[in-house]
Amino acid sequence: MKIVVCIKQVPDTKGGVKFNPDGTLDRAAMMTIMNPDDKAGLEAALRLKEKYGAEVTVLTMGLPKAEDVLREAIAMGADKGILVTDRVLGGADTWATSQTLAGAIRNLEYDLIITGRQAIDGDTAQVGPQISEHLNIPVISYAQKIEVEGDSVIVERQYDDRYHVLKAKMPCLITALAELNEPRYMTPGGIFDACKAEITVWGRADLKDVEDSNLGLKGSPTQIAKASDKVRKGAGEKVTLDASESVDYILGKLKEKHIV
Amino acid sequence: MNLAEYKGVYVFAQQVDNVINSIAFELIGKGKDLAEALGTEVTAVLVGSDVKGLADELAAYGADKVIVVDDPELKEYRTEPYAHALASVIEKYKPEIFLVGATAIGRDLGPRVSARIHTGLTADCTQLEIGDFPINPIPGKEQKHNQLLMTRPAFGGNTIATIACPDFRPQMATVRPGVMQKRDKVEGAKANVEEFNPGFTPDNKYVEILEVVKAVSDTVDIMDAKILVSGGRGVGSAENFKLLEDLAEVLGGTVSCSRAVVDAGWKVKDLQVGQTGKTVRPNLYFAVGISGAIQHLAGMEESDIIIAINKDETAPIFDVADYGIVGDLNKILPALTEKLKAEKAAK
Repeated sequence: MKIVVCIKQVPDTKGGVKFNPDGTLDRAAMMTIMNPDDKAGLEAALRLKEKYGAEVTVLTMGLPKAEDVLREAIAMGADKGILVTDRVLGGADTWATSQTLAGAIRNLEYDLIITGRQAIDGDTAQVGPQISEHLNIPVISYAQKIEVEGDSVIVERQYDDRYHVLKAKMPCLITALAELNEPRYMTPGGIFDACKAEITVWGRADLKDVEDSNLGLKGSPTQIAKASDKVRKGAGEKVTLDASESVDYILGKLKEKHIV
Repeated sequence: MNLAEYKGVYVFAQQVDNVINSIAFELIGKGKDLAEALGTEVTAVLVGSDVKGLADELAAYGADKVIVVDDPELKEYRTEPYAHALASVIEKYKPEIFLVGATAIGRDLGPRVSARIHTGLTADCTQLEIGDFPINPIPGKEQKHNQLLMTRPAFGGNTIATIACPDFRPQMATVRPGVMQKRDKVEGAKANVEEFNPGFTPDNKYVEILEVVKAVSDTVDIMDAKILVSGGRGVGSAENFKLLEDLAEVLGGTVSCSRAVVDAGWKVKDLQVGQTGKTVRPNLYFAVGISGAIQHLAGMEESDIIIAINKDETAPIFDVADYGIVGDLNKILPALTEKLKAEKAAK
């Protein structure tokens, strides 16, 4: 079985958000990590590899430094890493990103493609389903459990108040939830392999069956009209009182607002 | 693509088990605002099996027209037949704007449809309006009018971006549930229904449903609650949520929680407020022992009144709270509940 896992290097927004003096996000000062949903997708692929035997290729699109995240994946147990990087791919929205990744995947043999449900920087959850559409294969989003049975996958697909057990013939694309599993740590042997590993680097010319008009900023149907830092409504009153005073304070406010 | 051919505001009327999801009414409500600004109408697209009877309910919340795509293949949600249904409606009717709820269904369906018809899709919008793009004129670039401007949070709620889709139609957005306002229901409204079936032929993209497993839940949906008593890691244990449940009971409210509480296994995910949980806007939100991570704030800061109780005076929750109390929840909550009970009894 051949599995392609799409991963993304993202700024770590949890806890360590840093701002420039002008109030914009200081991305350079923020740590980067492998996107959590993608890491769960990689872990799922590695478990399938252990159970059924598989070759796991990790694929990312990004700046040259995104190579780090491929090496991390190899240190966890992935077999090969491919970095798609090219100036003309910059500024891509989800349409152009999914076209790029589909163009890269067309060069590969695959039974299963796994992506994370969504990345913590954009939070769109669009790229996985869009890749599947470009490749004309089924998609199962929000996977909370993945099994293989013959030439099919059996997947638990999460919804708000239920889950569906779905069966799809491979090739198929699955988007993984971070809740799917607890990703493993890199092993010392894996880190050694990862340092030596040859990362394949592809540019625009290596993408198969994709027109220029579908790539990068120019190929993106959506355009940013404006971006700004979130304006919070601002703090109200803050008081430090003993317990019984606190109760009277809250009760007073609830009455003032006609809640009680 | 001749953009001028595309007219009207369309919304996907999501139903599950032949019950229309509240998001459909919210989208119609917002769609009416947009349609009024554009001088056009709102059409709801109802997709399912034996769903025609639900059309009047969509009219009651303001849909000018309802397109019903009814087929046995559409009984349970599956990506492919639903994507085929919507893509076919778009090809035939050429809407200018198409809105879908940012639900576990819509966030799968929206991208598949937008990729099929080659247009842009803006995810998880919290604000939609009609305006110019670029917003301010730029020399040498045409400023287009009557564009859909879609605003959404990014970077875990740290930034907000406004997105346009000037050169492709329809302009598509998924919209965060609980954010847009429904219109008042007009009892007895009759829908102007048009039936459309593009034909459904199973192929490799049709997945098979082996089993449907429904979560057993008798709790109130926190998105519908007027008063929420929400707990975070500071509550300390699953057992200690009793303090919050008691307060919620006397206030006629519901208990919700932060992500940390779900991660700790104290409460189920259905009760989680925040970026990866639900967006709520109750009349009153009690944040108890919640530090206020940015992802949590993104899900509750639109609440009318926010009261925060936390022992850490530097907790970011105080930055959005209308009333912040620095103190011990274990002492304050029981006393507050008692006093409220006593006041109730006195009436």
